[in-house]
Amino acid sequence: MTPVKLYPPKPEKVYFFGTCLIDLFYPDAGLDGIRLLEREGIEVIFPQGQTCCGQPAYTSGYHDEARAVAMAQLDLFPESWPIVVPSGSCSGMMRTHYPQLFAGTEHEAQAKEVAGRIFELTEFLLHVCQLRLEDRGQPEKIAMHTSCSARREMGLGETGPTLLARMGQVELVEQARAAECCGFGGTFAVRHPEVSAAMVEDKTQAIEATGATRFVTSDCGCLMNIAGRFEHQDKAIEGEHIASYLWRRTS
Amino acid sequence: MSSARESVQTYTPREFHRQAHDALGNPQIRANFRRAMDGLMGKRRDVFSDWDLETLRELGASIRLRALAKLPDLLERLEANCQANGIQVHWAENGDEACRIIREICQRHDAKAVIKGKSMVSEEMHLNAHLEEAGIVALESDLGEYLVQLNEQTPSHIIMPAIHLNTDEISDIMHDKTGIERTRDVDYMTAAARAQLRERFMAADVGISGVNFAVAETGTLCLVENEGNGRMTTAVPPVHVAVTGIEKVVEHLRDVPPLYALLTRSATGQHVTTYFNMISSPRKPGEHDGPKEVHLVLVDSGRSNIYQDNELLDTLRCIRCGACMNHCPVYTRVGGHTYGTTYPGPIGSILMPHMMGLEETKDLPTASSLCGACGEVCPVKIPIPDLLVRLRRESVGEGRGNVPGAGVKRTRKEAAAWKGFQWLATHPTAWRSGAALAGKLRALAPSKLGPWTEYRTAPKPAKKSLHELVKRHQAEKAKREERP
Repeated sequence: MTPVKLYPPKPEKVYFFGTCLIDLFYPDAGLDGIRLLEREGIEVIFPQGQTCCGQPAYTSGYHDEARAVAMAQLDLFPESWPIVVPSGSCSGMMRTHYPQLFAGTEHEAQAKEVAGRIFELTEFLLHVCQLRLEDRGQPEKIAMHTSCSARREMGLGETGPTLLARMGQVELVEQARAAECCGFGGTFAVRHPEVSAAMVEDKTQAIEATGATRFVTSDCGCLMNIAGRFEHQDKAIEGEHIASYLWRRTS
Repeated sequence: MSSARESVQTYTPREFHRQAHDALGNPQIRANFRRAMDGLMGKRRDVFSDWDLETLRELGASIRLRALAKLPDLLERLEANCQANGIQVHWAENGDEACRIIREICQRHDAKAVIKGKSMVSEEMHLNAHLEEAGIVALESDLGEYLVQLNEQTPSHIIMPAIHLNTDEISDIMHDKTGIERTRDVDYMTAAARAQLRERFMAADVGISGVNFAVAETGTLCLVENEGNGRMTTAVPPVHVAVTGIEKVVEHLRDVPPLYALLTRSATGQHVTTYFNMISSPRKPGEHDGPKEVHLVLVDSGRSNIYQDNELLDTLRCIRCGACMNHCPVYTRVGGHTYGTTYPGPIGSILMPHMMGLEETKDLPTASSLCGACGEVCPVKIPIPDLLVRLRRESVGEGRGNVPGAGVKRTRKEAAAWKGFQWLATHPTAWRSGAALAGKLRALAPSKLGPWTEYRTAPKPAKKSLHELVKRHQAEKAKREERP
């Protein structure tokens, strides 16, 4: 049976693991996530030594390389504060796959300990911060794409929509087959580009059909994929990381 | 010639990319699969709506795991109890041996015509072709299999073999191959097929079926079906041969109802199937019907190799419901034939590499976005995404090396690229400098990134990395706090 997750009380400090995609392509989303946490009175520690969780190598089968990269992240969080990650897929990697990756090695206990402190950002904002949001934006109809890792691996299909429901001026519409993958899948999009393209094409059509003017997501892989497809077709629908959306409309 | 007939071709996993390209460009295939998979997903969701599905899946998984934990012992008990019931048991190391055993049974009875119930294991070993070479005609009696056989194709789905065909295409096939009128009347076509098959049942010398669950403690073979052709196949001809993989054994009769409940709901969204057959012996003295001989052929075909590995072992839990393919966004778009294997979709991608080797099937484990939909719906909780990753490891030579063809995908170039990634991601100073440099040179970032930019705009590196933004943010904050 799926264990009931028990959340800690709101801590004084948290670690923030920004993820490589945010670091390189969507840094504002990371900073907005940090601002949301700080506004809740939490001190955010951003270890400058962080790089990537190692997932691209892991899902490609290069586990020795993934382990080395993961190892370089394990020592970044020496104190017992929660580790907040603005991505379902990277938090899934760290929470679920770090213990598997280090099983039987001398770092197994450390990997498990770190994994136990990993929280996805919307999960943390909702369940730990009990975030209240005062929407100052214009009325707007938006769609949300929850990443497959957030939805299935992390069991967080509802955290994003629940936060958005607290935004007074935002109407969240659900696209057809909302739970279906957008076709990103990391290296999948490169190894099977045509299949991936067919998937993202269906996803953009489904979002467009809702009449939403914008979509948000909690994963920058999906964002890059879906927004990249919209832009390629010169469609006006813009995409945004949910952290930026929440910060922008409530600050 | 009709369009359905033109589509006749052979498929191979080696050509996955080309076959995927063709399928993606075929609106008929796309529409047929999308419609069918949407329907199947909806039916499954509805039929489980008032069940405690997670508890039932846990139960299903534990029954299968217990059976696998005792597999060698259970197979011996199955053999002993089947023999005590009068069922003759044969063991086959591989498909060829199983074909030979079945051919010899047929030849012993001077059989010329064989009628077949649905059996994926018989597809796996290409039984029909083998029998044909020996001058024995094997006719498929499952309606979908019958259509696929008429159309000289292979099944595109393990439960619904003809799911790639729509009504018009079926009408064409029935017209071209059996001479009936062209029609869109499904009942008429079904009745015609029924009449055509009925004669063949009566004339068949041997009936060949698969097995869904083989019960060790009672020596009972369970067969799940909807059309009654399974019962006809196993009851009308004088000889019945059941063929199955060694993993289909369960320990107790009481293990069957939970697995059956999961199987029918996961597969077709049915509470029960129209028929559930429990075959426990040949015709007994004084009985008026039933086959005079019943044989059980247990096929290994790489399964005991899978069994040796404590992770890969989970592959053998499968009860062949097809829910993983119904929910797979890749399968839904490329269809079953694209995979070029007997078992398509996620289960095929974790099973076929063991049967055909990774050299043939190396594109299958990567043909998944690891979205997890397959693992989420699997009634026996096979961790399919984890097993796909495990096979990717084997492909690139970083696994345990115990899958045929391990290491076949490793190239010096790709391995070096991942070593480069490793170096950069374990040297934070270099990483930060790299990110800063990428930001400065963003105007030079390529707008063409291979296949990515054929369908999407290329992402541009940000002017400042998050590392830099955070530093600035922290400095500003410190400044604000210093002010009185």
